[in-house]
Amino acid sequence: MPISESDVVWVEQPAMNFWETSFLPAIFGGLRTTGGHVADGNIVTQQYPEVKPDLPHHYRGVHRLNRDDQGRVKCVACMMCAAACPARCIDIVAEAAPKDDPVWAGRDKFPQSFVLDELKCIYCGMCEEACPVDAIELTHIYDLTGMTRDEMLYDKEKLLKVFDETKDNPRDPIRTHAGRLGPAAEFSSLPTLGPATAVEADDRAAKAPSPGVISR
Amino acid sequence: MPVLAAMRLMTLNEIWNRPELMTALAIAIAFGGIMTACAYLILLERKLSAWMQDRVGPNRVGPAGLLQPLADGAKFILKEEIIPDHVDKVLYILAPSLSVFTTMLAFCVVPFGDVPAESPASQVFPFIIAPGIDLGIVFIFAITSLSVYGIILGGWASNNKYSALGSLRASAQVVSYEIPLGMSVVGIALLSHTMNLEKILYAQAEAGFFGWNIWTQPVACLIFFIAAMAESNRLPFDLTECEQELVGGFHTEYSGMKFAMFFLGEYTHVITISFLTSILFFGGWHFPWIAETTSAYAGAWAVKVGVLLTKAFMVIVLIQMLRWTIPRFRFDQLMGLAWKVLIPLATVNVLIVMCVLEFGVPHYWLGPLSLASLVAASLIGMQGRPITAITASPVLAPARHH
Repeated sequence: MPISESDVVWVEQPAMNFWETSFLPAIFGGLRTTGGHVADGNIVTQQYPEVKPDLPHHYRGVHRLNRDDQGRVKCVACMMCAAACPARCIDIVAEAAPKDDPVWAGRDKFPQSFVLDELKCIYCGMCEEACPVDAIELTHIYDLTGMTRDEMLYDKEKLLKVFDETKDNPRDPIRTHAGRLGPAAEFSSLPTLGPATAVEADDRAAKAPSPGVISR
Repeated sequence: MPVLAAMRLMTLNEIWNRPELMTALAIAIAFGGIMTACAYLILLERKLSAWMQDRVGPNRVGPAGLLQPLADGAKFILKEEIIPDHVDKVLYILAPSLSVFTTMLAFCVVPFGDVPAESPASQVFPFIIAPGIDLGIVFIFAITSLSVYGIILGGWASNNKYSALGSLRASAQVVSYEIPLGMSVVGIALLSHTMNLEKILYAQAEAGFFGWNIWTQPVACLIFFIAAMAESNRLPFDLTECEQELVGGFHTEYSGMKFAMFFLGEYTHVITISFLTSILFFGGWHFPWIAETTSAYAGAWAVKVGVLLTKAFMVIVLIQMLRWTIPRFRFDQLMGLAWKVLIPLATVNVLIVMCVLEFGVPHYWLGPLSLASLVAASLIGMQGRPITAITASPVLAPARHH
């Protein structure tokens, strides 16, 4: 439906007055602005590397693997971080803890190899959020460099070394449950869970020989 | 050994008495001075631009970045000289050399100090490379008109559409702004009865502080300054080389020393017009009490050179500040400014000077009359769009793009 004439408002650019037409006041005003900036000395440039930047709290930098109160790696090789990682940069090989080794008393699994490609990583922190035992954390270290790509594949030793170097740094407090494993390790027994809804009589999955498998 | 004994260095006295060697010395000093000044003006431009934008500018090379031009020079010299396959090789190499050559040549009639009365003089250092050229101003405008060829050839030889568009716009711009540039100086030539830059300077120096041409020709100074900035493709008139539209305009395909030569040419042009502005309008090396025509104390020549250099430096700083103060002109706005504003104003200025000289009006009337012409121009310019109240009833004609 066409717009009625009475609803339309025609707006014209206001005409310039005498001083504005000569453009000189505008130019002098502009020079005052730029001259003011020159004379102010309000430099916002940060002279890196003499002045290091003021990083926000919980800045996501290079990772570290925390140790528990007995100095063992906290990681239980549950693969949560590797599964959560959007860049798929974590590579874990699990190993069962030796049964009769007093060092590994109370532990089931530990990572035989934990390799994190710091170049592929996007530093999103999903691994830190996914970890159930607070093993992996991101520190504030941002200026890591390497001469080769292989050098930037941080293995377990390097990640533990990052921990050893930053655990006393007030910028990188061990965020929760220092020393012990995280809350997931507190479960001594898991209650059995029943199905959330009642199972129908003709449920093909419940009648299957192996639970959850639906065969023809 | 006998050959070596025969070739001995000339003593200072012998140089002092041979004017042609003094000219060679003046050329060497002027050329070296301009090259160094160009390099350090580029640094000054970067620093000033940075301060205007709340940044620091180059400060890593040398204290406060003062060795940055050396690093830039080394970079340009050591860069690989690439000549693309698709360019016209002769014109491609000719264009930057033409750009530098014409702007350097234009400097040879510009005095950079107190020029001796007789020329060529002996036993006096000529503070000018080519003394006694009576068509000084015409010579400068003729040579700088040739500098547009550098841009045209650069764009044409590059054989790509960005460069072609850039050089087309540049040639239209330079040719259009030559007219107000020349006409603004006609008034001064009429008043001083000469086109010789040294004589114009001397006339202002003799007349004292209130004899500076800025008092009698303020509008001409404004027109000259604007037209000169447009001639050397400085912002706000640099749409021929703006990065946002044309990648690099006519110098897109250039790299290394050829690119550096284009910029040397541009900065030399800026230096030349700054010198011209100070000499034509602001009295050159004259300064009340410390640098008069009668100053004869020891070192007076150095003070005069210093005063002229300071004035030119202040004009250069103004040009560099204007770069980040005024937004860039669109091409039709640029041509409109030249043809519809500057040329009529310059014509009216010449008319005023002719009438004042013809009817014997005292010269101090020139200043107020020039300003009156500027007022009249602004009043005429106000006959633009009428004001329409925002809530009024609709007008008959729809709002169009004006």
